[in-house]
Amino acid sequence: MGEEWRKKYKLEALQAVTKRAAFGNDIDLSDFVTVPSREGELTDEVAKKTLEVGVDLGAKKTGTYFQLDHSVLLSQIASKVKGVEMMPTDEALDKYDWLKNYYWKALSVSQDKYTAVAELRQTKGYFIRSAPNTKVDQPIQACLYIGSEGLLQAPHNIVIAEEGSELNIVTGCTADSRARMVAHIGVSEFYVKKGATLIFTMIHSWSEDAYVRPRTGVIVEEGGTFISNYVLIKPVKDIQSYPTAHLVGKGAKAKFNSIIYASKDSIIDLGNRIYLMAEGTSGESVFKVVSTGTSKVYNRGQVFGQNRGTKGHLDCRGMILCPTSTITAIPELVAEHSETELSHEAAIGRLQEEQLHYLMSRGISPEQAIGVLVKGFLDPGLPGLPERLQEEIRSKLSLLDRRSEGGAKEPC
Amino acid sequence: MLLRVEDLHVVVEGKELLKGISLSLDYGEIVAIMGHNASGKTTLALTLAGFPQYVVSKGRILFEGQEISSKGIDERAKLGLALAFQSPPAIRGIKLGHMIALSAGINPWQPKPGDDLELPKKILSKVNLDPERYTERELNVGFSGGERKRSELAQIFAMKPKLMILDEPDSGVDIDSLKILGSALLEYFNSIRCGIMIITHHRHILQYLKPTKVHILSGGKVAITGSYEELMPKIEEKGYERLIKEEGVNG
Repeated sequence: MGEEWRKKYKLEALQAVTKRAAFGNDIDLSDFVTVPSREGELTDEVAKKTLEVGVDLGAKKTGTYFQLDHSVLLSQIASKVKGVEMMPTDEALDKYDWLKNYYWKALSVSQDKYTAVAELRQTKGYFIRSAPNTKVDQPIQACLYIGSEGLLQAPHNIVIAEEGSELNIVTGCTADSRARMVAHIGVSEFYVKKGATLIFTMIHSWSEDAYVRPRTGVIVEEGGTFISNYVLIKPVKDIQSYPTAHLVGKGAKAKFNSIIYASKDSIIDLGNRIYLMAEGTSGESVFKVVSTGTSKVYNRGQVFGQNRGTKGHLDCRGMILCPTSTITAIPELVAEHSETELSHEAAIGRLQEEQLHYLMSRGISPEQAIGVLVKGFLDPGLPGLPERLQEEIRSKLSLLDRRSEGGAKEPC
Repeated sequence: MLLRVEDLHVVVEGKELLKGISLSLDYGEIVAIMGHNASGKTTLALTLAGFPQYVVSKGRILFEGQEISSKGIDERAKLGLALAFQSPPAIRGIKLGHMIALSAGINPWQPKPGDDLELPKKILSKVNLDPERYTERELNVGFSGGERKRSELAQIFAMKPKLMILDEPDSGVDIDSLKILGSALLEYFNSIRCGIMIITHHRHILQYLKPTKVHILSGGKVAITGSYEELMPKIEEKGYERLIKEEGVNG
């Protein structure tokens, strides 16, 4: 750390520490502490909580990274997993000189105060790289966990899928229920090389007073494919993120799938930005959201058609269960080339009464019928996810169903 | 008596659509409801099923002797009244197999010990929908007319109802599907001897089911009641309008 080459980023970051983000509420980061109140410990309770975000710390056949506050408690790859390496980012930067060519290259350190603070207050993060022409059978797991009250966690992750490789990663981010008032700024840089495929699934499960500002940049080279699956089911105080993919190589593809259940007074401002830079590139963002309580959801989307034969599509499907919640879809299509094809589709509405009555006519109670419809609407069916994880997400959605059976007609 | 409808008046959005219908249907009985478009057939079906837009302004609906007019859709279904829809909605994200399980009172995501999770497949076979192909299909999404009708039957068979109300199970169905529907219905009927109220425009399906009684509706009332053997040839010969003019109680 602290090498000469990093100084320029520190300086740039210092210039940007007060720069407001383009979207979302401004968070005063000085309200948070950077030193954890206690020593991180891998307890049964913690392991149970990580399972909720799809990460099995006991899994033996894959690779697992586990960071509690600022401590990396687990970073290991099973011996049978060939061609994948994983370690804390700091360690990787020390080990590989070439890695500086990937540091802050997929997004800018001075993008806003959050990227700036992430550089100045960086706390580990993971580095995962798949060797050329290798393929993982099971997703590599990573979990970023906040256990201390008032903590600011700012990991910097770098993932590289080398040429022709297929890498699948499941990341869970969560906070201890006793860790009140926490902030998470996760910087993630993804590099998908020629002909490689990276499937990245992120499951968020925060506490009701967590402030979350992930910052993500993706670079996809020729013939590469980047697939992002994002799942947020539990309430959060305030999350804002706008992952951006740059499709720089011919025929590169990016697809973002998001499944959101917005509840209580969560403020959720999420979007995807895709630059179709090279010929024949294509990108798609599919955002499905159910809003309840007094939650406010914004789904932004931008796709830039910048070359011939490019194709982009933005899709937002929203269901408003409670009249006190709002969903705003803001799709933007920017054609900068005459041979680009861009489209968007947004449909937001209340639960369809016809469907509700139809289910009830089979003897299903209104509460259960709402649960079934919500589950069906959000049904993951996410590409590249093992059935175990799909079921995990479905069972989370089932809990919503059970909760509604418990009493309140609608969780408003 | 399984179902007794007495002087039923129904109002939808301020307009009276049923104007005093009385009829009854017993266990093991098949009753056909016929009549031209907008005569009140579907209104009757949806009112019996408890759809809240269909407000009973006068009269009674007795199901096994119990007045059910104020009961909700799901409560009536639980009592044993099942409706096969004329145009069921297509719902993305819900699998037909799950829907059949739910109709049978099984929660496919959290089954209880003893729940028969193979039930959806068994029932799909009964209605001649290949279980391997249809269990995982999204509910009615991209289904043909015939597939939708069979999906409806599969769901209501799973409910093991005492009374099946079939709203035009034969509309938009080709002759091959009609045979499948007719024989599946008959087999089911013979196995549990429930009551069936079938709304239809055509005699084809009635050839399988051989109703004991036919009611012809007109203007929200029962205009003619008779046996299938007596009325069907007349309907074919004269059409509803002329027949009602000549023989209807309002004619």
